[in-house]
Amino acid sequence: MFSSSIVRGQWSTLMDISQLFYNLLFDYTLRTVALGSAILGIVSGALGSFAVLRKQSLLGDAISHAALPGIVLAFLLTRSREPVILMLGALIAGWLATLFMLNVIRTTRIKDDSALGLVLSVFFGFGLMLLTFTQRLPDATQAGLDKFLFGQAATLLQRDVVTMAIIGVLAIALLMTFWKEFKLITFDTEYAASLGYPVRFLDVLLTTLLVVAIVLGLQTVGVVLMSAMIVAPAAAARQWTDKLKNMVILGGLFGAMAGVSGTLISGSAEKIPTGPVIVLCMSAIVLFSMLFATNRGLVWNWFRNLQNRRQLRAQAVLGDLNTLAMQHPNEARGHSSAVLRAMSTNPEGVSLALSQLKEQGLAQELGKDAWALTQAGLDEAGKTEEKEA
Amino acid sequence: MSSAQIEIQIIASIVAVACALPGVFLVLRRMAMMSDAISHTVLLGIVIAFFVTKSLNSPLLLVGAALMGVITVVLVELLNRTQLVREDAAIGLVFPAIFSVAVILISRFAGDVHLDTDAVLLGELVFAPFNRLKLFGMDIGPEALYTTGGILLLNLIFVIIFYKELKLATFDPALAAALGFAPTVIHYALMTLVSLTAVGSFDAVGSVLVVAFMIAPPAAAYLLTDRLSRMLIYSALIGIFSAVSGYWLSYLLDASIAGSMATMTGASFLISYLFAPERGLLAQARRRQNQRIEFALTMLTMHIANHTAAQEAEIENEVIHLNEHLKWTPQFAMEVVGTAERAGLVTQRNGLLTLTESGLQRANQEFSN
Amino acid sequence: MAVNAIDVTDLTIAYKDKPVLWDVDMEVPSGTLMAIVGPNGAGKTTMIKSILGLIKPAAGQVLVYGKPYAEQRHLVGYVPQRGSVDWDFPTSVLDVVMMGRYGALGWLKRPGASERAAALDALDKVGMKSFAERQISQLSGGQQQRVFLARALVQDAQLYFMDEPFQGVDATTERAIVTLLQELRSAGKTVVVVHHDLQTVPEYFDWVTMLNVRRIACGPVGDVFTDENLRKAYGGKVAFLSAENGRKS
Repeated sequence: MFSSSIVRGQWSTLMDISQLFYNLLFDYTLRTVALGSAILGIVSGALGSFAVLRKQSLLGDAISHAALPGIVLAFLLTRSREPVILMLGALIAGWLATLFMLNVIRTTRIKDDSALGLVLSVFFGFGLMLLTFTQRLPDATQAGLDKFLFGQAATLLQRDVVTMAIIGVLAIALLMTFWKEFKLITFDTEYAASLGYPVRFLDVLLTTLLVVAIVLGLQTVGVVLMSAMIVAPAAAARQWTDKLKNMVILGGLFGAMAGVSGTLISGSAEKIPTGPVIVLCMSAIVLFSMLFATNRGLVWNWFRNLQNRRQLRAQAVLGDLNTLAMQHPNEARGHSSAVLRAMSTNPEGVSLALSQLKEQGLAQELGKDAWALTQAGLDEAGKTEEKEA
Repeated sequence: MSSAQIEIQIIASIVAVACALPGVFLVLRRMAMMSDAISHTVLLGIVIAFFVTKSLNSPLLLVGAALMGVITVVLVELLNRTQLVREDAAIGLVFPAIFSVAVILISRFAGDVHLDTDAVLLGELVFAPFNRLKLFGMDIGPEALYTTGGILLLNLIFVIIFYKELKLATFDPALAAALGFAPTVIHYALMTLVSLTAVGSFDAVGSVLVVAFMIAPPAAAYLLTDRLSRMLIYSALIGIFSAVSGYWLSYLLDASIAGSMATMTGASFLISYLFAPERGLLAQARRRQNQRIEFALTMLTMHIANHTAAQEAEIENEVIHLNEHLKWTPQFAMEVVGTAERAGLVTQRNGLLTLTESGLQRANQEFSN
Repeated sequence: MAVNAIDVTDLTIAYKDKPVLWDVDMEVPSGTLMAIVGPNGAGKTTMIKSILGLIKPAAGQVLVYGKPYAEQRHLVGYVPQRGSVDWDFPTSVLDVVMMGRYGALGWLKRPGASERAAALDALDKVGMKSFAERQISQLSGGQQQRVFLARALVQDAQLYFMDEPFQGVDATTERAIVTLLQELRSAGKTVVVVHHDLQTVPEYFDWVTMLNVRRIACGPVGDVFTDENLRKAYGGKVAFLSAENGRKS
């Protein structure tokens, strides 16, 4: 008999979920915000795949932090809070930061990690200085600039989402147009150059698309955590597939999933900035992928290793039984497991291996603890020997 | 200058030096981004310790934070070891997740106490002088002075005592291991120090400035010297300069102190990047200019030496021929030949160049190199 | 006389103000198998990279079949060092080999059935056809090398550059490469190989260039591959080789 409270509990959960879907479909704000997060997830997941493969995982971190002074300066210069203008400022700043970083690495002995950390902290510090400076201006219409720190999805308006969609579609379209070229320079830059492709131009284009993807997410996820949206979807996607195309598609999908679910969760409770929740959703997807992905996942690998070990163990006992049978060619007699244990390098595993062989129909128990190979077992052993020879 | 202003500058300078010491080794060990990761994740340690002790002044906060810093390092290494992601990606996966948990906990449950996310990023150096430490009822200065001073002392002692080991483990971990210096222990000790420094400075200057102070001054110093000991001293001095000038910049603009100081560390780096005596961009350009002519002279002697024996000498060594073969403009070729003649490396007869004794020497010198 | 496959004149290359190659001449007749040998840091890889236009020379010029490389790109195939790429990249063997057709395809066009057929054909030539759908991270070093060779083969070039193809490969792969080199020669192609193993030079190649920042010698193996030249290129370091070499030549 069901306890009525459980039924009620299930019922109310069901109500919650259907309410959520209802809201998603008909609640204007929620739909707008979820759509925006989905777009951001798709674009950052897709372009992040290239960034991760190009060993630029942390470049996203530097670019997103570096975008802050761009946003504030764009506001200071235009006194406009128009997202397009702020995004343009972020784009330019992110771009300059990347350029500066690459030049420092190229012309000095400073390595990429230091250059990244330098640009990240200095640009961000500069941005905070400008932000606080702006906040103290008398006509402080700046209210809301600080949402770019941790993201506030709720502030997304429909036209913001339309802008995001247009830019996102453009970015993805460019990615698809130059797919072959991007793949080539990502895998083997010098070879691409030897074929006559202008690798510098392609490199700049791809990096620009990455900056665009980052800037697209700043309002929702914030500069502090946007880098996670570049790295994590790609890292998760990589575990499931060995094909670049699938990786990019999956990356986009994971990004969108995290974006939407994070936005919904953060929207359903008070006082939780969106960025951290989206990042946590994304981290959960990464963790799940690393553990359970087919082929590469840790659990999958553990399981496969276990099976390999069992298979090897059985094979060894099979070989030993065969050796014994050869030593006593004319008798169909059984051998005790003690003998097999003595022959084996792994005595504890012998009885398990024997029952496994019996299950597979390769060995039989002629009497109590008297083991011998079946005909199938002898054939199998013969085959193995041939292969080894 | 009011005493509060002086105190702020002193605290900031202490933080700058405290950060520069481990920062130098992070930069040299190519682990600069770990400081970014750690300075973010220690927050979770602070938050958890705060929930346990219900106090912001408990020393447990420091312990929790340092522990979380080390956990971050361990997690990154574990993730690395699975070989499912590369190291840079591992850092990029671990710290945003941990930091997110901390931010959510703060905004959800601690919104009304003295912990908020802005303070985390920016620090509250302005208020540092108001938080006084009292001993037997006597005011002995701001509390932050003692915490940051303690951290500085700790870092200083560590670097002085283990200077040799740190140096060896940084430049040649394999040799260090062979000599029994346990580079792993040094590594974790350094990371613990980075975490402690991050937390200790955190309260005063915020996470951004910790990263800026740990990376920018050592990076600038790296362009100024080849010696580890000097690099440590220069980093400390650059840090102090950035702290003091940053303070006055913030005073001027009425803007965030931490942000202004970070900006000044960047400016210091920029100065070093442009004007460093040997490695700066300007020095590089000047050297290239000088070398262009030196290079051309050597090339000329070698070219002639290479082709003197051959029957094609007649054509190859004509002055007009140089433009075509060495890709020199006629003007540059004339300049080089002129300089070479004045330097007594070549002689010219009927537009045909021959090496002098010293010219031949120069060419051969390059050959034997 | 037919035009040379490669004419390098007075090539000088500097990296960060330090010369890597000084005033080097090199001429490679069409239809030869040529080895570039020299000690580490002699500028061997730099040499072929500069012919391929990947490094800008400080002085000198390079002609491929009598014209600048940019005009002759379609005649050239390239096998970079195996270690220059990330073999954990998510792609299949066939996909990598098809990249060899990207140059001929040009912008925006996607590889199709004919590229696929060409790639499978090339894989067959290097004995890797059954690996076509394999993920590249699952290959051994020798197999990776053969994939790179196949990728250059589908370029269907006249002139091939190979950067240390024998480096760290198994015996099967070494034999496969040697057979391939001979096939290419009998088809009238020219192959330039950066090579490390001095002992196999007379066996595998018919032309050799010795470098050590400047040119030591360049010509037919029989004329040029002498003890004296080797000593000039390697200093005292090849003393142990000279006996071996003397026996062979």
